[in-house]
Amino acid sequence: MKMKSDQAIKLLNDEGLRLDGRRLDELRPLKIEVGVLKNADGSAYIEHGKNKIIVAVYGPREVHPKHLTLPDRAIVRVRYHMAPFSVPERKSPAPSRREIELSKVIREALEPAILVEKFPRTAIDVFIEVLQADGGTRCASITAAAVALADAGIPMKDLVAAVAVGKINGKIALDLNHLEDQYGEGDMPVAMMPGLKTITLLQADGIFSKEEFKQALDLAISGIQVIYRKQREALKKKYEKMIRTVTGGGS
Amino acid sequence: MSKPEKIIPLIQKKSIEALLEKGERLDGRSPTAYRSVRITVNAIERAEGSAIAEIGNTMVIAGVKMSLGSPFPDTPDKGVLIVNAELIPIASPTFEPGPPGEEDVEISRVVDRGIRSSEMIDLSKLAIIPGKKVWVIYVDIYALNHDGNLFDACMLAATSALLTTQKPKTVVENNEVKLLEEKEPLPIKTRPVSVTFAKIGSYMVVDPSYKEELAMDARLTLSFSENGDIVAVQKGLPGYFSYDEIMQALEIGEKISRDIRKHLPPIPTSASND
Repeated sequence: MKMKSDQAIKLLNDEGLRLDGRRLDELRPLKIEVGVLKNADGSAYIEHGKNKIIVAVYGPREVHPKHLTLPDRAIVRVRYHMAPFSVPERKSPAPSRREIELSKVIREALEPAILVEKFPRTAIDVFIEVLQADGGTRCASITAAAVALADAGIPMKDLVAAVAVGKINGKIALDLNHLEDQYGEGDMPVAMMPGLKTITLLQADGIFSKEEFKQALDLAISGIQVIYRKQREALKKKYEKMIRTVTGGGS
Repeated sequence: MSKPEKIIPLIQKKSIEALLEKGERLDGRSPTAYRSVRITVNAIERAEGSAIAEIGNTMVIAGVKMSLGSPFPDTPDKGVLIVNAELIPIASPTFEPGPPGEEDVEISRVVDRGIRSSEMIDLSKLAIIPGKKVWVIYVDIYALNHDGNLFDACMLAATSALLTTQKPKTVVENNEVKLLEEKEPLPIKTRPVSVTFAKIGSYMVVDPSYKEELAMDARLTLSFSENGDIVAVQKGLPGYFSYDEIMQALEIGEKISRDIRKHLPPIPTSASND
């Protein structure tokens, strides 16, 4: 449950810079690694600001329990989970209502990109473990999960990239960190298939005028383009290395 | 006995889309027409506030119970709001008994966000002894009949119940809270309203019926405060929206929210005014 404080906390300095020195339209540092887990069919690790999240994809594989099987397509299952040590105050490892909701919306953000009809009677499982949280974990999870799905060789229409925008001290800002999320006036996570220009996750809380909402969505879309590029670079990096090993490293 | 499935024959989805191409819907509504809304307040005398909300044949009941409790450590000077919605088997052959599933949790949280983000209730006025004793507001919502758009129905029932809630006045004597016989309403600032859209194929409709929900690819719930600000958004289901579809929903949704709000009880004159 998020608590909004009434006290106006100064999240922008006189030069219009944020507490961590960023401009309003600036993303936090982003690092994506592909294929970090040996057992998983696909995996990715993301550091987005202080967020550290690891994602494993298993499947397409047999469905257990069997009655969940769909005759014409694969089912996609997502488990978003926060490690107890990922937040300042220890979080109970049992799934919270927040984690249940986020697992659902993350699944629904990823599924439009997956060609589920290629794999009837199977399950594609996406396991997300938030190791350290610093605001925007659902978005960083989606960004990493899309890369992990691609790494698993699952055919997709596009990657899915995500970022949260929000309102801090009355200004629309890109990629809120934890403090800005907690003390800001609004938070709006957005996920897209950037190549197809379609929005697959949209949530918001806080107070946005119609103009602010449009401005926020526009800003999110521009941030998503940068993240999309990083996702593709990360995937290329792994597979270019693999090609080099196969073609050049024979001797 | 076979269990009714939450699936729709492909042919029926196609016929819904074919109708929408002509701007028509199964029940004769236009794509932007909301069904009739009916609100019955004070349905349950035992509850501090209660309401039954109906949208067409969809029916939801909400009850408010108030109790004294401890505040959350990070908001010692505020009352506590807890929203819980359950899709009980009474409402539909597709609902099963058991602990709340992800749909129940999603509805609860979307209704909670609409109420909390809009600052509908001035929670700072519900701290009696800051840091020690505050009012805890429990809003419990139960689906009674599911004919689509439970999100909006739950929101209507919850807000109506809160608007008509009467809680005991309190006095503090020797650091003890005493409840008085006299009642007062909750400190309410605005009346948020949610408007839900369904995307079926490439068409958008407002206030989907059950049949339309079976055919829908994606759902978008937008909540508006009284002055037209957006206070909560939730996209659901494994479909997607274009930028233009979202902007269009925003325009239409805001207008519709004003019409729906006319069915809500008025904002009670605040306790702090007397």
